[in-house]
Amino acid sequence: MFRSTVNLSVKSALAISATALSMMSSLQAAELDITVQNLTQGIYFTPILVSAHSVDASLFELGATASTELQAMAEGGDISGLVSLTDSLSANNLINPAQGLLAPAQSAAGMLSTDDGNAVLSIVAMMLPTNDGFIGLDNWAIPSEAGTYTVYLNAYDAGTEANDEVRGSGMPGMAGFPVPGPLSPLLGEGGTGRDATIANATVHIHPGNIGDDNESGGVSDVNNTVQRWLNPVAKVTIVISE
Amino acid sequence: MKPFNSKLRLSSVIATLFVVAGCSDNDNNEEPQIVVPAPVPYTYQVTVTNLTHAQPLSPIAVALHNSDVEWWTIGEAASDALASLAESGSNEALLSDTTLFASATGNAPLPPGNSVTLAIIVDDIDNARISVATMLVNTNDAFSGVNGVDLSSLEVGDVYQRNALIYDAGTEENTEAIGTIPGPADSGEGSSEGREDHNVVTLHPGVVTASDGLTTSVLSADHKFDNPGVLISITRME
Repeated sequence: MFRSTVNLSVKSALAISATALSMMSSLQAAELDITVQNLTQGIYFTPILVSAHSVDASLFELGATASTELQAMAEGGDISGLVSLTDSLSANNLINPAQGLLAPAQSAAGMLSTDDGNAVLSIVAMMLPTNDGFIGLDNWAIPSEAGTYTVYLNAYDAGTEANDEVRGSGMPGMAGFPVPGPLSPLLGEGGTGRDATIANATVHIHPGNIGDDNESGGVSDVNNTVQRWLNPVAKVTIVISE
Repeated sequence: MKPFNSKLRLSSVIATLFVVAGCSDNDNNEEPQIVVPAPVPYTYQVTVTNLTHAQPLSPIAVALHNSDVEWWTIGEAASDALASLAESGSNEALLSDTTLFASATGNAPLPPGNSVTLAIIVDDIDNARISVATMLVNTNDAFSGVNGVDLSSLEVGDVYQRNALIYDAGTEENTEAIGTIPGPADSGEGSSEGREDHNVVTLHPGVVTASDGLTTSVLSADHKFDNPGVLISITRME
């Protein structure tokens, strides 16, 4: 309802004069104070990308094939492709506010000034240990009213890599998941691999880790009592000050 | 409208006291008449529904309190009182906090699919916060509830409803092992000594169960749960 009201007033502003339009547009620029909290008990987030961009762009779409840039983020935590892509669209980005891994229960915060026209907010970060799981916020309409807003994020599966749940590579198309230093002692090893094939090749809600209780073998290198999750997996607090 | 009315009443009381004080300057030996205003009760009805498949909930704890009370914070260590609730299901320590305005407790575990309604009343406080907490008893230290909901904008007859998430107190490792779970799936130990796990409150990762590959678990697929775990409805009655 609120959005449709805004759209209506944009239309009437267009009808009245260019001056009125520029006044409406200037209202769209905003100062955002953004905090991302990892709500999980045992999942790490790789570098986070927070992007304010135009409504006709999106970092991912449910039910659609992931872009190569999204795949690089979801399989290896590499957000550089998405940064280039959004830069080319004149997006306003908050890049890697945690300055590396965001550990379970920890928060990362940063400021984002948005330009006119960058009316929606998207957030992505890979979840470890997963093969191609990521936290996602897709085109959240930035409210024009100042205030504090809370959004809970679900875990998505990019659909680009089989969920074998074993140590391996973060390179796109390579099996297994990357293991940064802090994660290594928390994982099992020698798993034979869970899924060998991709069941759903589009972006979808992640089915979750299975894991096992065998630290030196079994089917998975994921610890089944710790490195699982239930949605939501992240809490985003957005304070809009103007 | 109620808070506005109560403010009006309060100012008329102050005016009355002023008049009484003014009278006492006279050499009038009559006892000043102290006007005690009738307390303004704020009554809330709290209905909790157990949405889980096979997780009885420990007796529901409800409290009205000021904004300084936080029963839990994600990313911070659980209090001893919360750890006791989350590990054993006992809400005694949580509700013995003397700074609470009022508290109420269920008198029995709440089976899956069932609801319980508790009333909680406080006099003259129109901006209390409410917290609700309960353990999922077939777990090591899972709990659900709401934490410090601001009731100041709730008018008489208004309903505040929330689907509550399931948290992990982080004080006991999720072994699901025999002897560690107080609920009927195990009838094991409730509170364990000390802090056995990572010691911060997070959302719960879910139970694994023996059906899903945790060989030492006493739980079965029936005990699995997902968010939300509990439906909480708060109605302001007066």
